[in-house]
Amino acid sequence: MQQYLFLIPALPLLGFLVLSMAGKHLSRNLIAGIGAGSICAAALVALVLSASFLQSPPESGAYTQILWNWFLTGHLSADISLRVDALSLVFICIITFIGALIHIYSAEFMRQDRDYARFFASMNLFVCAMLTLVMADNLVLMYLGWEGVGLCSYLLIGFWYETPGNYRAANKAFVITRIGDTAMIIGLFLLFKELGTLYIPDILTKATEHFNSGSSTITLIALLLLSGGIGKSAQLPLQTWLPDAMAGPSPVSALIHAATMVTAGVYLIARMHTLFELSPTAMHITAIIGAVTLFIAGCSAMVQTDIKRILAYSTISQIGYMFLALGVGAWSAAIFHFFTHAFFKALLFLAAGAVIEVLHHEHDIFKMGGLRKKMPVIYYTFTIGAAALAALPLVTAGFFSKDQILWYAWSADGGHPLLWAIGLAGAFITALYSTRLILVVFFGEMKTTPGHLPGAAMTVPLVILAFFSVAVGWIEWPHNLLHVSLFSEHVEHALPATTLKAGLPPEIVFQLIAVGVSLFGIYSGYVLYYGESPLLMRWKQSQGLMDVRNFLFKGWKFDQLYDTLLVRPFLFITRINKADVSDKLYTAIADINLHLNKLFSVSQNGSLRWYVTGVLVGILFIITLQLLL
Amino acid sequence: MSTVHAHTVLIVAAILFVLGLAGVLTRKNIIFMLISIEIMLNAAGLAFVAAGARWQQADGQIMYLFILAMAAAEVSVALALVLQIQHQHKTLDVEQLTALKD
Amino acid sequence: MILIWMICILLAGGILCWLTAQKSVVLAKWIALLTVTADLVIACWLFRIYQAFPDNTSWFINYQTDWIPALGISFHVAMDGFSHVLLLLTFFLGILAVLCSWKEIREKTGFYFFNLLWTIAGISGVFIAMDMILFYFCWEVMLIPMYFLITIWGDARRRYAGFKFFIFTQVGSLLMLLSLLALYFIHGDQTGTYTFDYFSLLRTSTGSPVMTWIMLGFLIAFAIKLPVVPFHNWLPDAHGEAPTAGSLVLAGLLLKTGAYGIIRFVLPLFPESAAAIGPWMILLGVIGIIYGALLAFSQTDLKRLIAYTSVSHMGFVLVGIFSFSNIAMQGVVMQILTHGLSTGALFVMAGMLKERLHTRDITKMGGLWTAMPAMGGIAILFTMASAGLPALGNFIAEFFILLGTFTSHPTFSIIATLGLILSAVYSLRMMQKVFMGQQTATEPINDISARELVIMAALSISIVALGLFPQPVIDTVQHLSTIHPLLHE
Repeated sequence: MQQYLFLIPALPLLGFLVLSMAGKHLSRNLIAGIGAGSICAAALVALVLSASFLQSPPESGAYTQILWNWFLTGHLSADISLRVDALSLVFICIITFIGALIHIYSAEFMRQDRDYARFFASMNLFVCAMLTLVMADNLVLMYLGWEGVGLCSYLLIGFWYETPGNYRAANKAFVITRIGDTAMIIGLFLLFKELGTLYIPDILTKATEHFNSGSSTITLIALLLLSGGIGKSAQLPLQTWLPDAMAGPSPVSALIHAATMVTAGVYLIARMHTLFELSPTAMHITAIIGAVTLFIAGCSAMVQTDIKRILAYSTISQIGYMFLALGVGAWSAAIFHFFTHAFFKALLFLAAGAVIEVLHHEHDIFKMGGLRKKMPVIYYTFTIGAAALAALPLVTAGFFSKDQILWYAWSADGGHPLLWAIGLAGAFITALYSTRLILVVFFGEMKTTPGHLPGAAMTVPLVILAFFSVAVGWIEWPHNLLHVSLFSEHVEHALPATTLKAGLPPEIVFQLIAVGVSLFGIYSGYVLYYGESPLLMRWKQSQGLMDVRNFLFKGWKFDQLYDTLLVRPFLFITRINKADVSDKLYTAIADINLHLNKLFSVSQNGSLRWYVTGVLVGILFIITLQLLL
Repeated sequence: MSTVHAHTVLIVAAILFVLGLAGVLTRKNIIFMLISIEIMLNAAGLAFVAAGARWQQADGQIMYLFILAMAAAEVSVALALVLQIQHQHKTLDVEQLTALKD
Repeated sequence: MILIWMICILLAGGILCWLTAQKSVVLAKWIALLTVTADLVIACWLFRIYQAFPDNTSWFINYQTDWIPALGISFHVAMDGFSHVLLLLTFFLGILAVLCSWKEIREKTGFYFFNLLWTIAGISGVFIAMDMILFYFCWEVMLIPMYFLITIWGDARRRYAGFKFFIFTQVGSLLMLLSLLALYFIHGDQTGTYTFDYFSLLRTSTGSPVMTWIMLGFLIAFAIKLPVVPFHNWLPDAHGEAPTAGSLVLAGLLLKTGAYGIIRFVLPLFPESAAAIGPWMILLGVIGIIYGALLAFSQTDLKRLIAYTSVSHMGFVLVGIFSFSNIAMQGVVMQILTHGLSTGALFVMAGMLKERLHTRDITKMGGLWTAMPAMGGIAILFTMASAGLPALGNFIAEFFILLGTFTSHPTFSIIATLGLILSAVYSLRMMQKVFMGQQTATEPINDISARELVIMAALSISIVALGLFPQPVIDTVQHLSTIHPLLHE
C-alpha cells in the first residue's frame, strides 16, 4: 500500500493540471468528470489505504513514502515525502470523502458558470494542497501545503472576481492568514536552530530530550506555531477574514472554510502535540484562545442575517471548541470534533448554498421563510445538520463530540471550571442560533418565491452527509454510557491519551448539564423566533440592546479596530511616500550642480578677448607663484 | 662680424611677443587676431633660435622648425574656420561671435 | 577558449544584426535569436564538462593569455559552478529578451539588437572575467549599450531615466576603478609583481585599515547595481522607462551582476572588512526589504511597482550574503535565479499589457482576467512567486536566506520575514488592480499569442522546476562555502 501513497495528492494535482491547461477546450461534462472524478479516485485510494491501515497497522505506526529529495545543503534537508499515521488518516479521509461529495455537488451547482473549468481546477488544486499539508512528513513540505491551501482559498473566495467585495475578501483572507503563516515560519526557523531538523518525527522525539518542560524557548516555538494555526483556523485575534470569505461560491465555503482548510490549525497543533505538551503556558493560551473565540464568534452568529455569515461565525466558534480541547490536552476529543464538524458543517453550507441558489442568490435569512414544504429534502438535511450543530443529544454526531470536549474542559489535566463554563455558554448560544436558523429559513411565511429545485447531483451528497452527521457520532460513546470508543482508540496510535484530574463529580452530571443547556438553547430559540415573539419585539425597541446587537453584528468591531490601528497608518505611510523620499537627496545633488553651473557660466560670456585676458592673468599668476615660492 | 648678444635678441623677442599679445587683446577682427598670434609664435621661435645660438645646440633650430610647421597647420585650419565664420555669420567681429557661450 | 567564443559569438552577432537590418529586419531578428540560442546550447553543453568534476569546487574552465603584459593585465576567463549557473540564466533570459522585442521594436531594429546582444555579451563577460581590468571592461560594456536601450527605445521620460541610470552606475564604476587600482598597487608593493589577476590578488594580505576603504569602493559599486536602499533611485526610473526587453535584462541580469560582484570579489578579497561591515549590510538589506515593499505598494505605474519589488527582493540577497551562513548563501544563488525569472516574467507581462492597452497605469486597468484568462492564470503564478509561495523557486530562496540568517541574526531575520507579509500585500494589490474587478477597457483585447505563450511557458516551467527540484543548483554552487572563512562552519 505504501508505494501508492503518492496517488492521493497526485490524482487531484493531475486533475488541476489537465483542467488548467486544457480547460477551455473541454466540454462541461468532461470538465465535471475530470474535476470530480479525480477527487473520487483519490477518495477510493484513501478508502483502500484506511482499510489496510485499520486491518494491519504498520509497525512504525505510519506509512511513509519518499518521492524525491527536495533539497539538501549542510544539515538542512527536506524531502518531498509522505507520511500517513492515524492522525493524518482521519484528515485524509475527511478531505477526500467530503471533497468528493462537494465536487459532485458543485458539478451541478456551478453548471451555469462561465469559468467552470477554472472552478474545478482551483478546487482540485486545493484538495491536492490540503492533502500535502496533512501527509507531509517534514515541516517545509507541510508549509508548502499550508500556503497552497491559502492560495486556493484566495482564488476561490475571489472566484467571482468582478465584484469588488469578493476580491477584497480574498485579499483580506490571504493577507491575514499570511500574518499567521509568517509567525509559523519563524517558529520553523527557531525549531531548526534548536533541533537542527525539520523532519516531524525527529522533532517530536528530539524535543523531549532537548527542551525542559516549560522553558521559554519551547513556549515561544509553541506560540509561534499556534499563531500559524490561529491565522489559518480563524481564531482570535485573526478571525476577521472568515466571515468575509463567504463571498466565494457555497461549495468552496463548505469544503475550504468549514470542513478542511480552517481546521489545518487543529491539525498542526495535534501534529506537534509534543511541543505543546512541553509548554503548559502555550497549552493554556491555546485553551483560552479557543474558549474566548468560541464565545465571541457564537455571539456574532446569533445576530447575523446573512445565512452564510451565520454559518461562518458558527465555524469559527466550533473550531474554538477544537482549540479548547487541544489546549486542555484532550487531543482525541478535538480531532473527533473536527471529524463530526466536517460532516455537519459541510452539510449546512451545501444546503445553505442550495437554498440561496433556489431563492435567486438571496442571502438574507429574513427574506427567506416557509421553505419547509417547497424543498423538503433540503429542509430535512439542513435540520439534521443544524441539530448536529446544536448537539441534540444521542441522535446527532455533534452531541458526542461536543459533550466530550465540555467534559474534558473541566476534567482534563489542563482543564478549568471557567473554560467549562464558557464552553457551556457557547453550547447554549450554538443551540439558540441553530434553532433560529431553522425557524427563520424554513418556517413562517414565504417571502421570496423559489426557483426550480436542485437535481440529484446536489441532493444526493446532502443526504449522504446528513446520514453521516447522525451516524459518525456512534463510533465514540461517552465512557459511562457505552463502551464504544473506536475513534479515540484509532487516534491514540498517534496522539497521547487524555489524562484526567482526580476527585471530580461523575461524568453523568456534566452530561446532564450539557444536555440541559443545549435543550434550553433550542427552547429559547423556539420562543424567540417561532412566529411573532413579543419578547423579541420588546428587545428591538430597546436602544441599548440594539447597540449591543450591532456591536455583535459587526463581529465585535475587530475590523474597525484593525482598520484604525494597522490598515490606515499603513495606507497613510505608503501614500505620502509614493514618490520615494530618498529620491529628494539625489534631486538635491542635481539641483546644486545646476546652480553652480549657473554661477560659473557668468564667466563664459563668449568674448574671445575676455578669455585671452583670462589666460594671460593665469600665466602671470603661475609665474609669480613660481617666483615667490 | 659683430656678435649679437643673446639677451638683445631675447629682448627683441619679448617686444615682439608683447606686441602680438596687445594685438590679440585689442583687435576686434579675427584676421588681425590671427596675425597677432603668428607674431607671438614667431617671437617664441626667435627666442628658441637665440637660445640655440647661445648654447651652440641644434635644439633651438629644431624647435623653430616645429613651430613653423605647427603655425602653418594652425593657420590653415584657422583660415578655413574664418572663411566659414564669414560665410555663416557675415561678420568677423569677435565681439559678435558669442554663439559658443552656452 | 570556449568561453571567449561564447562572448565573441554575441559580439559578432550584434554587429551582424546591425549590418543586415538595413536589408532585412526579419533576418536581423533571427540572427539575434540564433546567436543567443547558440550560446545557451554551448552553456548547456558545458554542463557535461562540469559533471566530470565531481568535487565541483574547481574552476573547470580556465583560460589565460597575455593582454597587456607590461601592466600585468591578462585576458583571463574562468568558470566555476556559480558562473555557470549565472551564464545559463543570462542566455535563457537573453533568448526571452530577443523574443519579447520581436514586435515591440519598430525603429532602428538593427541597432537595437546590436545593443541588446552587446549588453548580454557584457554581462556574460562580467560573470567569467577573472582579470580585474577585463572585468571592469565588461562592466562598462554592459552599461553603455543598456544606456542606449533606455534612451532610444524607452518611454516618455526615457532621457531622464537613461541619464540617471548612467550617472548612478558610472559613479559606482569609478569608485570601483579607484579601489581596483589601489588594490593593484598594494598587492604590487607586497609581492613585487604587479598584476590584475583575480587569483593573485586573492593572496593579498588584507590586514591594513586602508583595506576597508578599498572594500567600500567595490561594495558601493556593487551596491548601486544590486541596488541597496540608499542607492536604489535609478532603478524604478530605468526599469519603468526601458523597453520590455530592457527591463527584463535590467531586472533579470544587470542587478545580479551586483550580487555576483559582492560574492565573487568583496567577500574573498576582503574577508576581515567584509565580516566587520556584515551587520550593517544586513541592516541595509532589511531596510531594503521593508522600504521597497512599502514603495511597491503605493505605486500606480505597473513597471515602477515591479521595479520596487525588485528592491525588496534584492534586500534578501544582501541579507543572505552578509549573514555568512552557508545555507543563506545557497539561498542567495537561488534568489538570483528565481528573482530573475519571476520579476522578468512580471516585466514581460507588463510589456504585453502595455502593447495592448497603451498604458502602464494600473488605475486604468481592471477586470482583464475576463478578456485574457490565460494571462490571468500566469499572472497568478508569478505574483505568487513574487510573494514567496512554496513550490515556486522564490520560496526556496527566501526560506534558505531567512533560515540561514536566523541562526546568527534572529532579530534581523524576523524583521525580514515580515517582508513576506508585505510582499503578499503588494502582490495581491497588483493582481487585483490589473486582473480583477470590472473590465474597464472597451475595445476587445486578445489573450496571449503563441510567441508570448512560449515566453511565459518557459518562465513558468523554470520557476516551478526550481521550486520543486532546486537540488541541482544547490549542488552546483556548493563550493561557495569556501569563499569566506566564516562560511566554513
